[in-house]
Amino acid sequence: MSQGLRAEWTKLRTLPGTGWLLLAAAALTIAVGAAAAGAFTCSPGHGGCTQAATGADPAKIGFTGVYLGQAVIAVLGVMVIGGEYGTGMIRVTLAAMPRRMTVFAAKALIVTGCALATGLAAIGGSLLAGRLILPGRGLTAANGYLALSVGNGPDLRAVLGSVLYLTLVALLALGVTTLVRDSAAGIGLTLGLLYLFPILTAVVPDHTLARHLDQIAPMTAGLYIQVTVGVRALPLTPWQGLGVTAAWAAAALTLGAAALRLRDA
Amino acid sequence: MTAPAPYRPVAPYQSQAGPGRDGFPQLLRAEWTKFRTVRGWVAGILVAGLLTVGISLLYHGGCGTFVNGTQTGGCPGAPLGPGGEAVTDAFYFVHQPLPGDGTITVRVTSLTGRYSPTGLTAGTPRNPLAGLVPGVQPWTKAGIIVKASTTPGSAYAAMLVTGRNGVRMQYDYTGDIAGLPGAVTASSPRWLRLARSGDTITGYDSADGSHWTRVGTVTLPGLPSTAQVGLFTASPTYEVFNQSVGSGGGSGGPTLGTASFDDLATSWPAGTWTGTSVGAGGAGNAGPLGPGGLGNGPANPFSGGYHRTGATFTLTGSGDIAPNVPDSPDGAGISPTRAIESGTFFALIAMVTVGAVFITAEYRRGLIAATFTAAPRRGRVLAAKAVVLAAVTFLVGLAGTAIALPAGESKFRHGGYWLPPLPAATAVRMVIGTAAVMAVASVLALALGAIARRGVAAVSTVIVLIVLPFLFAVIPGLLPVGAEDWLLRIFPAAAFAVQQAFPAYHQVFSQYLPGNGYYPLAWWTGFLVLCAWTAIALAAATYLVKRRDA
Repeated sequence: MSQGLRAEWTKLRTLPGTGWLLLAAAALTIAVGAAAAGAFTCSPGHGGCTQAATGADPAKIGFTGVYLGQAVIAVLGVMVIGGEYGTGMIRVTLAAMPRRMTVFAAKALIVTGCALATGLAAIGGSLLAGRLILPGRGLTAANGYLALSVGNGPDLRAVLGSVLYLTLVALLALGVTTLVRDSAAGIGLTLGLLYLFPILTAVVPDHTLARHLDQIAPMTAGLYIQVTVGVRALPLTPWQGLGVTAAWAAAALTLGAAALRLRDA
Repeated sequence: MTAPAPYRPVAPYQSQAGPGRDGFPQLLRAEWTKFRTVRGWVAGILVAGLLTVGISLLYHGGCGTFVNGTQTGGCPGAPLGPGGEAVTDAFYFVHQPLPGDGTITVRVTSLTGRYSPTGLTAGTPRNPLAGLVPGVQPWTKAGIIVKASTTPGSAYAAMLVTGRNGVRMQYDYTGDIAGLPGAVTASSPRWLRLARSGDTITGYDSADGSHWTRVGTVTLPGLPSTAQVGLFTASPTYEVFNQSVGSGGGSGGPTLGTASFDDLATSWPAGTWTGTSVGAGGAGNAGPLGPGGLGNGPANPFSGGYHRTGATFTLTGSGDIAPNVPDSPDGAGISPTRAIESGTFFALIAMVTVGAVFITAEYRRGLIAATFTAAPRRGRVLAAKAVVLAAVTFLVGLAGTAIALPAGESKFRHGGYWLPPLPAATAVRMVIGTAAVMAVASVLALALGAIARRGVAAVSTVIVLIVLPFLFAVIPGLLPVGAEDWLLRIFPAAAFAVQQAFPAYHQVFSQYLPGNGYYPLAWWTGFLVLCAWTAIALAAATYLVKRRDA
């Protein structure tokens, strides 16, 4: 297993794009979060900026970048196996390490490590950006908002949860791509799974059905982990929501592993 | 010992076939052959077509009244106006017949209103007016009106004062002409006049009763010779928009407007004035205050009424005279855009994936070298690929959308939903426009594929450019409304404006959001935004493909 890990790490590390990709994931997440925080507006006076009037959720605004960052993180999950299928490298890999489950587990571990590290950087940066920008946009202590900080429970949950969410997305992408053996199809399917549910929810006129769709959607449910205001109104608790994403990732990994084991490379 | 075989020169093989033609049609044929012989691509495009239809049929659940879980009736619709379009037509009307031509003049001295600031929590079924506080709505209306009949949806022209939009002349629901600005108070009253001459109605306003300004002249074709003329008051439903997490929906309730009129003068000998609540007042849509204590007729406090003291009339009314805006507080039904909106995104993701791979697979397999050897003019190869891809995705998208729109609409109707009638030209534009968006977006993916030479990069970029801005716009509470609008102006997602079914009316307060089928740009400008992105990407791709090694 340790050889497997080392081999996978070497393969990923020596690809010219990997570093840039992870850097882009973190930078884009922070940039979009900062932009969303900067775009937030509330008109002062008449209680316009109070918690009750805006219903604004500082954590959710600060971590908006996850919507974009997850697409880049997903590319990481796709690349780790999709690139090998694209170039035929997978045959060499499996010839060198005939225990396919070991190879797959090593890939999953490497993806997890890279995604966790990138996610920490991305969410940590977003937290700082939100903490610096949001008070200037009216979300001040005087208006009833706490500054974004890992010191308070809900914000800490949002931070850790967002990092875990990004990691789960990378694993989902790895599983899906292993199943379809093609990078382009893998990223299309992964982003489709993530992005299409909320569109379906927005368009379905039946509120009960929309709520059920939200409960099973890997992105919508998973990002409940970022909610710190109005948690009671959510269709699931934040951790249950992240559990939904985890279930999707686990299902994709299981199917991918089964396909890798049973199929010719 | 055998003698060595005598040397016989062998002529090199020379094909007997003449030189092949290498014009653009041959390139098209080559690219089409490549496309149709890759099973995965054909399957991808067909799946896209099927998704367009399939997603539109996914909706179940219904709208309407349920008894013990069984649906017994659908949701109410809206009356149709003179142009066949759906309208809102509910107000309090003090009227008398006007035989033939005539002029009516009145002074409006005040316009006030009552509403519930917290929406849902106001009042009780027993006394729905309990929670109301003073406050006039921006489009609370009062004035004089010439109307074909008291039937909702009949033709009209009106001169009116509004809560916050000054004097207006409005006619046949969609027409709106601005008159004198400013609010009505006892110290600054407004004089209004309507003159009927045949099918033509002219509206005038005045701030002093002696100097009159013509606001507008409108024609109401087929106005019966005896029209109903008189005073009216309406006040649209108040809605609180809650931008907080998880619910973008609003809550609110019916409102009341009260207006005082005096100096009423008619050019004909005035008969008896009759009070009528047209369209059952503002609670006709069974607003959030609930139908419990709000039956139609005099028991409904929102059906309005009037007082007369000598020449002074005081009217109280609820409702609106305006175009029907689906999903708005006073509107009925849902937008037909919903029938194709989400299916389009499913199809689009499949199509852009195939579009990008159409060129990146050649790079990956090395086929691109053979392609460029056979056709050294690389720009034309790219053009041929774009044409083939656009044609295939357009046709599949067209077939899918043409089925999905009527199929989705009928599925909604089956569930009890009411859909406003969609003009045929709009339906055709929605279907062709959606197919065109799919085609151009696929070409954008192709161009990015040629630039990046890696499927995963191209596919993820296109999806982020086209789907993510729309997602930011439809997820409630994520971005402020202004920022959402800008995303749908500058990103290729702007092109989904081709699916907008009805115009956004400034005189009807509603959340005109992409989820409800409203976009910040007109359909053709939105489409041009996508075309501009695609043109730039294609130009960059052509330049790079020519300049780089294959």
